[in-house]
Amino acid sequence: MGFPHPPHPKETVVLSRYFGDPGARTFAGWVQRGGYEGLKKALGMTPEAIIDELKASGLRGRGGAGFPTGLKWSFMPKGDGKPHYLCCNADESEPGTFKDREIMRWTPHALIEGCAVACYAIGAETCYIYIRGEFTEPLAIMQAAVADAYANGALGPNAFGSGKRIDMVIFRGAGAYICGEETALMNSIEGKRGNPRIKPPFPAAAGVFGMPTTINNVETLAAVPPILMQGAAWYKALCLGNPKSTGTKLFSVCGHVMRPGNFEITMGFPMKDLIYDLAGGMRPGRTLKAVIPGGSSVPLMNREEAESALCDYEGIVEKGSMLGSAGFIVMDDSADIVYEVYRLAKFYAHESCAQCTQCREGTAWTTKILERILKGEGKPDDLDLLVELSDNMTGKTICVLSDSCAAPIVSGIRKFRSEFDRYLEKGVRELAS
Amino acid sequence: MSVDLVNVTIDGVAVSVPKGTTIIEAAKQAGVLVPHYCYHPSLPSPAVCRMCLVEVEKAPKLLPACVTTVAEGQVVRVMSEQALKAREGVLEFLLINHPLDCPICDQAGECELQDYVFQEGRAGTRYSDYAKRFSPVEDFGPDVLYVPNRCILCTRCVRFMEDVAETPVLNVSERGDRAYIGIDQEQRLDHPWSGNVVDLCPVGSLISKDFLHKARAWDLDKTASICPGCTQGCNIMIDTRDDVVVRLRPRANLDVNRHFICDTGRADYRWMNRGDRVEVPLLRDGARTVAADWDVALDRLAETLRGAAGPVVVLASGRASLESLGWVRRLLDGRDVIAAVKVPLGGTAPLPGIPDLALRAERVPNLDGARLLGYTASWDAAVAAVEGAALVLLLDVALEDSEAARLAAAGGVIALTSVDDDRLKGSALLLPVSTMAEENGTYMNRDGRVQRFTQAKAPPGMARPAWWIAAEAWSRREPGRMAPETAALAFAALGASVPALAGVTYADLGVTGRVVSRDVSGRASGTVGAGAR
Repeated sequence: MGFPHPPHPKETVVLSRYFGDPGARTFAGWVQRGGYEGLKKALGMTPEAIIDELKASGLRGRGGAGFPTGLKWSFMPKGDGKPHYLCCNADESEPGTFKDREIMRWTPHALIEGCAVACYAIGAETCYIYIRGEFTEPLAIMQAAVADAYANGALGPNAFGSGKRIDMVIFRGAGAYICGEETALMNSIEGKRGNPRIKPPFPAAAGVFGMPTTINNVETLAAVPPILMQGAAWYKALCLGNPKSTGTKLFSVCGHVMRPGNFEITMGFPMKDLIYDLAGGMRPGRTLKAVIPGGSSVPLMNREEAESALCDYEGIVEKGSMLGSAGFIVMDDSADIVYEVYRLAKFYAHESCAQCTQCREGTAWTTKILERILKGEGKPDDLDLLVELSDNMTGKTICVLSDSCAAPIVSGIRKFRSEFDRYLEKGVRELAS
Repeated sequence: MSVDLVNVTIDGVAVSVPKGTTIIEAAKQAGVLVPHYCYHPSLPSPAVCRMCLVEVEKAPKLLPACVTTVAEGQVVRVMSEQALKAREGVLEFLLINHPLDCPICDQAGECELQDYVFQEGRAGTRYSDYAKRFSPVEDFGPDVLYVPNRCILCTRCVRFMEDVAETPVLNVSERGDRAYIGIDQEQRLDHPWSGNVVDLCPVGSLISKDFLHKARAWDLDKTASICPGCTQGCNIMIDTRDDVVVRLRPRANLDVNRHFICDTGRADYRWMNRGDRVEVPLLRDGARTVAADWDVALDRLAETLRGAAGPVVVLASGRASLESLGWVRRLLDGRDVIAAVKVPLGGTAPLPGIPDLALRAERVPNLDGARLLGYTASWDAAVAAVEGAALVLLLDVALEDSEAARLAAAGGVIALTSVDDDRLKGSALLLPVSTMAEENGTYMNRDGRVQRFTQAKAPPGMARPAWWIAAEAWSRREPGRMAPETAALAFAALGASVPALAGVTYADLGVTGRVVSRDVSGRASGTVGAGAR
């Protein structure tokens, strides 16, 4: 597997510090690099103190929803006598997103450490790490690292001599996109079909096996030990934009850029610099056309929006999209938006779990309409129909897969209407100018 | 017991419902039906069809009424513009791959997809340029076919098998619009209660082979009745077409069978359509048997009873109603009587997800009612007593050859029978009676619950309910006696001699019955019973 590029001077390297350094993969190597100090420190604190520290740091969920992590952990019931569980969502299946994969490939112990701290803080003895089925290399590395951590006493019945039991189970998914949805993931762990559950009850009340559960993204958990070591104030100070978005975040940039890859930047970093500096900008002679910033499930941004946006939760919402998982899909002027939107819709039609009517039928129908438009057989009313179907698919289902399919379609039509019109009128794509 | 009540307003109608009630159930109490597919009151709610979306004031988006519980002061709009649009959208999505083969679909006329599309759907399709999804019909089990093209994936069948029958042989296979209801490769849908999936299916996707193409729903007459199959007393509908019973379906009774009946009960209706019936009263006149009208026959019955001194043995069917059993006893009041009901036995088949619901071993509906009225289940003893009896009165009971052969040893035989039986040709009187499908009456089930059944079809020829025959003969014994003219009066009169039934009327029983006797013998064993006086 490939090695990452050396960090760009504008990056703020916290999580990605040891990316590309195979020595960091072993327990001994990780300890040598200052690892497991965060866990040891945490085991000497009270769970409440850890949660307070996280709340103060402003750390928010890195999986896509951006929910404050400390607050999430504080929802776990106390003294209820039930077993608590931690689920680590390593089912990174959002198109365009490959940051968790790199954390697991290069710094598996950073994740294990973060999971162990979280287990201690929420009173869980067991952590399930749900790894995407296609991640063969990260899986092997994580399995070796967990065994290594057990062998060195970081995990097990008496983690680091603290008297606390912390067990870690690696669960391999079978490749369904929807199993990255937190409740579908829990069903999958239970051996059931990976269908999202209705909320309420929320996972903190009844999660995996019906027990109180906290579920966090890989990147969120990996960010916890550095926060404990360097303090909430340090993390909170890592902010270039809106103070509600703090710390560093890995941005996966792919598509029509010269230097695709993961970039760790401080929240609030200008998107223009991310695309043109860090990711190397467009190919020669090409100009930026559109960006889907949050994996594929968020509205498209056009060039003006992308170049003026700040990379944090609020900054991107302000420009009409969402940060999501921060998997940037960059398209230059050679991209055919109609085709891109069709390709995304086809993905969602394939991955719909088939529970909710709107999603099951809607994703497939919109795909067919887009296919027809691409073939030059579109009808004048097709765009109105797509917008109306998308409206029927938004905000009406158990999970947001259906909304995720509708978002690129509606934003694509709204922001790149001329390209659709060209297909409808001439039956062929609009040529790049 | 006080219940916490919550006040809600649903489409302008204010109702108070117990805390924890779902909006969909609260709406029923407000007289508003929230359209739905996946929701069913006897199944867990997955909220997947998204049909029951309603507008709730102050909620940011539409909420599924089937899983959202009511809150104090909540204002719900089922018929708001937003909710109607959402449901129209769901219906449109459901229809794009639906074959619309209503003209050849058994469900047509009682199809929830038809109903709601007619009520709230779009008039035309916007999907006209694509071929619909097609999958061949599958044979799921002994009586169930799966037509995947019509399926709307509400998953009621899957949940019934998983959560109620606790035999999870059905599943949702594949994903997206390729999804269909799958069956475990090694399994058949042959659980003793699996026929319920046909009733649960809101469309014509799961259909009964037995009923296949037999009738259109709108040609059926539906009659509330009680399953005569066992002592459970499941509430059923008898569906007839042109006076022929074509199917039995469950009728909701939350205290007895919720919404289900077993496959044994469901299939056991053919006897109701028998053609070999006795249609006129037949009297023995010396060596000849002659047909008579009822006046003559009833006079002869009263006369025969008067003329025969000595013990009387009554051999009754467990399908006989409380009215018939009661009036036969009253007819014999003051005499030495040995009365028993015949109780065929079979295997039991519980429905695990519903407490206290099973196909019972005692395959008659009125065993406990018979006991209440002084009949025993000590059948062999009663048959043995035939020898030396002055009279044997048969109440529409199916006899073994050996039992029929013993009748010759009795002083005389009076046979009240529905079926034309050569072995009974020597009887002093052969009187045609109606079956339970042809009369009004009541049964008492194993829980002491008295439940009404109503007449679903016409009795053949001159056949009459047994209670009518008994009561008419009773009235002829002494001047001034008035026989009841209706089943309701016949039932009301039972209270005079049976304390448990005193004061109870058909009106009190309603459509779901009433528990009149907690002291039921059925649970213990077959030995109890007042027996003969």
